[in-house]
Amino acid sequence: MVTKTVDFSARAVEALHNARLRGSFRDAMDDLIRKRLDHFRDETLFRELSGEGAAIRARALSRLPELLEQLERKLVSNGITVHWAEDAAQANETVLKIIRAHDSRRVIKGKSMVTEEIGLNDFLETRNVEVLESDLGEYILQLLDERPSHIVMPAIHKTKAQIAELFARKFPEIPYTEDVDTLTATARRVLRDAFRSTRIGISGVNFMVAETGTLCLVENEGNGRMCTTIPDVHIAVTGIEKVVEKLADVPPLLALLTRSATGQPITTYFNMISSPRREGEKDGPKEVHLVLVDNGRSDIFANPDFQETLRCIRCGACINHCPVYTRIGGHSYGTTYPGPIGTVFAPLQDGLKERGELLSASTLCNACTEVCPVRIPLAGLINRLRAEYAAPRGNVKDAGSGRSWKEAMAWKLWSAVYARPRLYQRLLNWGLKHRDRLPRELAPWSDSRAMPVIAEKSLHQLVREKSEADQ
Amino acid sequence: MREKPTQVLLFGSCLIDVLYPQAGMDAIALLEREGIEVVFPQAQTCCGQPAFNAGYRDEARKVARVQLDCLQGDAPVVVPSASCAAMMKHHYVELFRDQPEAEAAAQLAARIVEFTEFLVDVLRIRLQDQGPDIRVAVHSSCSARREMNVAVQIESLLEQLAQVELVHQDHKAECCGFGGTFAVKQAEISAAMVADKTAALLRCEIDRYITQDCGCMMNIDGALASQQAPLRGTHIATFLMERTGGNEDS
Ligand code: SF4
Repeated sequence: MVTKTVDFSARAVEALHNARLRGSFRDAMDDLIRKRLDHFRDETLFRELSGEGAAIRARALSRLPELLEQLERKLVSNGITVHWAEDAAQANETVLKIIRAHDSRRVIKGKSMVTEEIGLNDFLETRNVEVLESDLGEYILQLLDERPSHIVMPAIHKTKAQIAELFARKFPEIPYTEDVDTLTATARRVLRDAFRSTRIGISGVNFMVAETGTLCLVENEGNGRMCTTIPDVHIAVTGIEKVVEKLADVPPLLALLTRSATGQPITTYFNMISSPRREGEKDGPKEVHLVLVDNGRSDIFANPDFQETLRCIRCGACINHCPVYTRIGGHSYGTTYPGPIGTVFAPLQDGLKERGELLSASTLCNACTEVCPVRIPLAGLINRLRAEYAAPRGNVKDAGSGRSWKEAMAWKLWSAVYARPRLYQRLLNWGLKHRDRLPRELAPWSDSRAMPVIAEKSLHQLVREKSEADQ
Repeated sequence: MREKPTQVLLFGSCLIDVLYPQAGMDAIALLEREGIEVVFPQAQTCCGQPAFNAGYRDEARKVARVQLDCLQGDAPVVVPSASCAAMMKHHYVELFRDQPEAEAAAQLAARIVEFTEFLVDVLRIRLQDQGPDIRVAVHSSCSARREMNVAVQIESLLEQLAQVELVHQDHKAECCGFGGTFAVKQAEISAAMVADKTAALLRCEIDRYITQDCGCMMNIDGALASQQAPLRGTHIATFLMERTGGNEDS
């Protein structure tokens, strides 16, 4: 679920004063950056791997419709039921229908950003279905009634002390502790009970393999495996772009994903789901459903300027390396996916009117582009979206909605001067001559910075004088 | 391209023109000292990056066309500003995609060389330090580091100078928070970023920081000045001239 982006700037300013964000948050990001770098110190190696990752994802996208059909055929023949959802509402209804068909009032969930995107928890809860998050971070947020602020570490905006305090409040029988293992054990005990008594498990998916009809799920806590094996029914929810051609595509992507996300060579758990429980098997759900969510993705797919966005494997590296995210945190964005990937994805998905303001939250420093394991040119795409936002015409929803006549006029004036070399020099010389009379303050620049000092003579002038003197 | 040319064009950038012309003059002097003829086309104005990054591509194109015109020829174009170099080398192709000037833009892009890259990779310059002991840090702009890939070159130049001690500030690769219109549209976030940058530089207890990008210098120096800190930045061209005895008369 998402909040309107309007007032992004206001939220960002508020976040800048937030103690957690000013303090240990940056250390947490630095730690993630270091852990990733430990695997990719060799730049050539990273270039090789990311080249392969990008190629795999690009190949899959170039055949997306075909691969999705193949995937569906394979899944169906494996006994998995496939549902297609055009938008969030359809996806939510589909999940609800499956739950109701089993007369259930309770689901247990593994981590899934797509279910955040479609607002599944709120939807189910207003329809009397109790939802229990089983990923530790998501569980903490559920207790706090908060949204994830990061796509890999949803509760990264919380300090250990805040979590300890929360647990002390919710579980008064357990003494206050900041020990992570004890806290985890407490949550695990509550969740284990729930796993035993809940008949429907919901999860996300990291990769879907068209060749074999396999759903891959990457996780560290084992709760994903529990969600997808203990309950009678497993409902997987994911975006249509997550498909890859073949099983051999998975290892390189997995290697990139875990290293980029958490700096792990491999996660503790890697689940490959290829069918419901077969006769003679001791565990596994009796039914497996896959809900394939479009929710704007086919529009992005159809736009060659922005299709690359769909290569994303949701590793979060662009977020960890973003100097803006590091200072304002994920909630300021007001989107499901924060940071650079969200800054690109949200305007494409929801339109520029609603999300265009986010585009200003980037210095185009390319820290994101540099680390993206599938080589999405994030800064370049932000720049392209800015053009869509400001241009009188374009190919993205609500193109031109960010065009203000004042800004347009300013740039027109600017280009009228800088496209006329002689006029430019005349005005420049005039400015230099009257440099003492130019404003000494110009908000908001001068709120935190002195105005630059105008030179006495321009480079143009100095070069001219020099060549006259040389002759 | 990697052969030493007899002549280059110099694109000075609009910021150098109005705020740091000495950096441009020092770049020219240094190149000439190495035996290169430097041509400075007087019709040059701005690479168009400000409008391009703000999303105003029609306006950016209008201005960029003037540079395509005045920078014609086969000689390398040396740019003592990494972000303008990146604009012309990497983004002109995007800006002129599907435009009649696409080919001209690609031709120019192939000739763009950032100043430190030219000194190190093309001229293989050898420097003799003649200055007193000094402690400096380098701030490479994001364009220098991640688009032009020349963060190594500026440091290798400084490493040639015997009396220059190069120290490394914390979060050195992080953006200084300038980002063109970002500094105005998200002024508070920008201020927080530049405050961290200046704090990291000040902790190094350096005499100066050296950069190849005047946008960052305007931002960082502006913040330092408003904090009333004595530290300032120096453009690499000016610093090299100063250290190698080239600035005696200026
Ligand atoms: S855009 Fe790239 S870096 Fe960011 S989450 Fe997606 S794959 Fe990871």
